Formats: sequence, structure tokens, C-alpha cells
Amino acid sequence: MPNCKSVIAYRGTPEQEERLRQVIEAHKGQPGATMPVLQAAQEIFGYLPEEVQIMVAEGLEVPLSEVYGVASFYAQFTMNPKGKYQISVCLGTACYVKGAAAVLSAVEQKLGVAPGAITPDGKFSLDSCRCVGACGLAPVMMINNDVYGRLTPDQVGPILDNYR
Amino acid sequence: MNMIRSHILVCTGTGCSSSESPRIIAEFERQLLEQGMDQEAKVVRTGCFGLCALGPIVTVYPEGACYTHVTVDDVAEIVSEHIVKGRIVKRLLHKGDEETGPVTSLTDTQFYKHQQRIALRNCGVIDPESIDEYIGVDGYAALGKILTEQIPPQQVIDAVKASGLRGRGGAGFPTGQKWQFTHDAVSPDGVKFVCCNADEGDPGAFMDRSVLEGDPHSILEAMAIAGYAVGAHQGYIYVRAEYPIAVKRLETAIRQAKEYGLLGKNIFESGFDFDLELRLGAGAFVCGEETALMRSIEGMRGEPKTRPPFPAVKGLFDRPTLLNNVETYANITWIFNNGPDKFAAIGTGKSKGTKVFALGGKITNTGLVEIPMGTTLRTVVEEIGGGVPNGKQFKAAQTGGPSGGCIPAGLIDTPIDYESLGAIGSMMGSGGLIVMDEDNCMVDIAKFFLEFIVDESCGKCSPCRIGTKRLLGLLNKICEGNGEPEDLDTLEELCEHIKQSALCGLGQTAPNPVLSTLKHFRDEYEAHVYEKRCPAGVCKALIRYVVDPIKCKGCTRCARGCPTGAIEGAVRAPHTINQAKCIKCGACIDQCRFDAIIKQ
Repeated sequence: MPNCKSVIAYRGTPEQEERLRQVIEAHKGQPGATMPVLQAAQEIFGYLPEEVQIMVAEGLEVPLSEVYGVASFYAQFTMNPKGKYQISVCLGTACYVKGAAAVLSAVEQKLGVAPGAITPDGKFSLDSCRCVGACGLAPVMMINNDVYGRLTPDQVGPILDNYR
Repeated sequence: MNMIRSHILVCTGTGCSSSESPRIIAEFERQLLEQGMDQEAKVVRTGCFGLCALGPIVTVYPEGACYTHVTVDDVAEIVSEHIVKGRIVKRLLHKGDEETGPVTSLTDTQFYKHQQRIALRNCGVIDPESIDEYIGVDGYAALGKILTEQIPPQQVIDAVKASGLRGRGGAGFPTGQKWQFTHDAVSPDGVKFVCCNADEGDPGAFMDRSVLEGDPHSILEAMAIAGYAVGAHQGYIYVRAEYPIAVKRLETAIRQAKEYGLLGKNIFESGFDFDLELRLGAGAFVCGEETALMRSIEGMRGEPKTRPPFPAVKGLFDRPTLLNNVETYANITWIFNNGPDKFAAIGTGKSKGTKVFALGGKITNTGLVEIPMGTTLRTVVEEIGGGVPNGKQFKAAQTGGPSGGCIPAGLIDTPIDYESLGAIGSMMGSGGLIVMDEDNCMVDIAKFFLEFIVDESCGKCSPCRIGTKRLLGLLNKICEGNGEPEDLDTLEELCEHIKQSALCGLGQTAPNPVLSTLKHFRDEYEAHVYEKRCPAGVCKALIRYVVDPIKCKGCTRCARGCPTGAIEGAVRAPHTINQAKCIKCGACIDQCRFDAIIKQ
């Protein structure tokens, strides 16, 4: 299960923690602050390890169970670090009917990891996503912010090679 | 003042941005400067033109010449030929279709001919990051009129009622009534809220994103009008974090509106205060459901609540709350600027106005279309959409996403409105319209939607959490070739139970993809169950690849391309496929130059 406690040790820096404290301070006492703070925290740390969730809970004075509840509910939040290159293959309806499943399995084969996981060297993490809204280009894959459209499975290898 | 004589409109919607429109804009600006035209021609970043399949799209005014599939390398030619010499670059013009031939202007194409743009009126026309351009097309005029003339809130609500506008999020609840309920509700401390549902979660639907990216101010203005009508001074826009361009443009629009005094305190010096905040969704489909969305804005897990009490009585932070979706709001200012009667004159008896659809899947013109209610599916697929590509047969269209259903080819003349779609077991939904051809297996499609629902079920009620999982289990069993005759009855029975007992709208509609495919394509289910055969050749467990010994030349190409070494045979002798080793990846078909490999 990808969204459970991280196996990688927490490596947050004092600077990152200071930035988080400032975000918490700015949102404290506002109604509905948990989500915006967690979103900012994920931007600062890249993911939401237990240590960060505890800081958010104590800072906002809400129960840790509530913070964990929110962090584990939404697909955008991750408790595992992501790779240097984050790959997401769109499995929205338009992409699916145009063969996105074959594209995804081509990426899985090339990288040797399943969706939700990260390669051992920390370079690539793979996810499937639901519709990036570029249905005119279906099927679509994103690597960080680069979009690759009208894909066929045999294009996957050469594209990935550009990032190695 | 400089005289700008040419405007170069470049689409910066997500589709075109993904196909390099930002680099094209940079190149235009560089070329204009280089050729000394930067004082005479201006590059405008617009929202989506709708014809995403032909992106990136560049339109040059005053001629209105529409260039498609523009690349960075084409920019120099457009500047030196069109901008400098005034000669349209014919090579890059929209190719048109059989009837029209190459066309200069997009509005001459079949794609646009049947369309009527109300919600999308400004998309692709104005620069979404400029409030002045929005004001230039009568933006904020409706809000200004209502506030300065002190039109009573009840009269505003009556106008919305008279237009016949219904919710464009999917359920089709009359918008005016919703406004009335929120207006009439009593808040313990006088506080009410107005919310905008921009958590467009249906896979394959992207009209709300297009409005937010192309015309964000129209949503802000409509929400301020709604706030005035129901008595709210605070609004929230709940937008998907997966739409970074939309989020950025909304932030820009809100900042500009505040600077101009069109949001904030004492708008138009009328004494009316209205403020807006963005809240980002975090990837939960269920947050498109109204009570779940409000829980999410409150910072909680986005789990739905039982209704009643309805949000209009007790919604966000337990106060009366009005919630409409993006496309619904996009119609509001048009209604006030053009009159509710004009809006009510479009469409059919109970479905007024237009509806935006995201055309996707196996169709030539993928993109966004806005059609008057009552247009038939045939017009949308064959004329606007340009038909199914590659000479394949149209099989079905799917509307309403995971809550909707399939419309088979036999019902292609169904008019698209709330009632007609409901009557054939589909629904309007938020506006995804995915076209499928003969190569799509309908059992597999039902399975696809169920996988989505199982993934996205919030888990609060057991009919949805457990029931949909059982449905998926049955579908997997059928697709793997282990289906038994009684499974079809079990499927139907379970669907009915979930429909009746799930807590929220998403759970109640979750069985729809199964029910509608069962209704219209029962023969395909039966082929899977009784004959262990997938007629479309999609379900891997039910297909076999075999070599036609007559056509096979023994070139060994397929054997070399096979990832599992399943193809055996001597050079120049017909090969065979070892079915025990074959993983049915289809690599051999792609390799073979003699059409000697057959999928059964």
C-alpha cells in the first residue's frame, strides 16, 4: 500500500521546518485551515511524513488523527517521497479508450515498478492519474510538467531514455 | 498611442499548452521584435478555442485566419508573410471538411456551425489574464446594473427562474429555485455563503477547466450577483489542484477584481460587500458531491452527509449555502445582459439554453463544443465531431462519466437534453461525451468505470464501499472468462440494491455504467459468459493470437519481437504461437508485414 508510513527516514532541514511554522502561523485560527496547510507542507517537503503531520497537528492545535485522516483521504497527499522525475499516466476515459492501459504497462515494464512506487535509485516514481484535461491529445503521460500526447507503447522507451 | 493593426491570438488552454503553445508565443514575440513589427502586432494569450485536436491553434485578426497544428518553426513564416506582407499562409489554414474545403475562419467549419456559444462566449476571444479585456466585452456590466440600480434580490432570483437555467453539474436542479431556497433560509447569525464547484472530477470532462482558464472573471461576477441575491458576503471557489493554469488565472482574476473594487467592500458604492477565496481540492472524486465538497472546504475528509438538511438550509460551516458549478455560473451574466427570455428561447421544453460537451475518444474533432439543448447525438458525432476516424463503426457514446451510461448506435437520434438522456438510462452529467467504436468492449468499459468508483469511493457507507467492489469482482470474473450465467442476474440485483441504499449521489449512480451496458449490450455480456468470447477482442483472457500458415513467410520478425519467446518455427517455414507462453501483448501483430497474425 503506497500511502502508509514511509520507510525512508525523515530528512527535513531546519529551514524547511521554519517555513512550515510560518505557514501554520499564517493560517492558525482560520476555519478550514488543515487542507491549505497540508498542501503547503507537501510543497515544502515534497511529501507528508509522520514528523510533518505531528508539526501540523500541534501547530494548528487539532488532533493528529484528524490531520492523518485528511492526509490519507486525498489522492494528492503522499506519505512517501516522490522520484526526481514523477511520471503519471492518465487513465481518464478518453485516454483509456485510446489505449492508455497499454502505455501504462509499457512504463511499468521499462522501469520495473508498479504504479504508486519509486525506482530504487530514487529517479522515477510512477503513478496513474485521472484526467489531466488534455483529452484532445489522448493517450497522455506527464513527466514532471512535460506532457507527452498521442502516445503508443513503443514510444515510451525512447522518452524515458531522455531522462536517464 | 500605438496603433495595433494585427492581433495574434494564441490558445493557452491546457491542451494547446501541452503541445508547446508557450514556446510558440515566445517565438512570435521574438520574431515580431526582430522584424520591427512589435508596435503593430500584438500577441494575445487566450483561453481554449475548443478544437483541441488541431492544437496548437493560432488565430490572426482582423482577418480571423485560423492556423492549426502550428509549430515553432512555422512562426517565422506567419510573421513575415501574414503580419508583414498581409498574405495569409494557406498551408497552415484549417483544412475544413468535405463540404467546406479549406476555410479561413473557424466559424465557417462544420465544427462551429451547429454550435451556439454562451458559457464559452469569451473563451479564445479575450485574454483571460486581463480584466480590462473582460470589461471590454460588457464584463461586470450586469453586476454594475444590479447594484447601482438597487434591483431587489427577489427580482434577480426571478430573472434566473424565468431563464429556465438548470444546474450544469449533472443533476439538472433548477438554478433559480436553489437561489430562492438559500435566499429564504434563515441563518442564526445572518451569515450565508456562496460556493462554486470547480472540482471537475468526471474523467473526460474539461469544460469547467476551459471556462476557468479562458474566462475566469465571468465566474467571479456571477458569484457576486449570486451573493447579492441570496444575501451572502463570502464566497469560496473549490477548484481542483490538478488544474494549475486555472488556479493561477483565478488568483490573478480575484486580485484584479479587488484592485478595481469589483470585489471587496462597498462594490459600486452600493454598500454591498462580497469577498472570494480559493480552496484547492486534493484529488478526491467524491468532493464533487455538494456535502462532501463543503466538508472539504471546512478542512475535513471529504465525506458526504445525509440530506436533508440541504446545503441551502445548513451547508458550509452549518450556514445556508448556495452551491453551483462553473458552467452554471458562466451562463448567469449572459442571462442578465441579454434577458432571461432570450435564454429561455433556446433549447427544449424543460431544458433551456446550451450545454458544453467535451468530445473525446474515437472521434475526429476532439475538443469542446457548446450546443443548444435538444441537438441530436447524431449531429454532435457525425457533423460537429466529424465522425469516427479510421473508417471504423460508431458503437456507442458515453455521457455522464462514472454516474452515466452508454447510448448505443441505435439511439443516435436521441435529442440531448436532461429528460431524453434520463429516459434511455444515461444522464446529462457534467458533459463528458466519449465516443466508442467497434474496437471497444462494453464489458471492459463498465469495468473501467467500476474500477474508478472503487478507487474513489470515500468508504463512509457500505453499499458503495463494499457493493461496488463486489460488482467489480463480478465484472473481472466475466472478463477473465470465468463468468457463469447467474452472474448477470446477480449483477443486476446488486446494482438495484446499491442504487437504493447508498448515501450520496455518487454511490446511488455508481451502478449506472453497468446497468446501461447490460441494457443495451447484453449480447456482449452473454458472449463473454456463454461463449467465452470477447467480440471486440479486448479482454485478454478471451482472445488468442494465431498464425495464418498460408500468409506466413517465416521471416522470424515476429519471433524476434515476442517478449516471452512464445513464437516458434524454422526460418522460411510457417511459425506457430505457443499459447501457454503467449501473454497476448499484440507485439507480433505490429511486427508482421504480411498480415499473417490473426486475433481471435
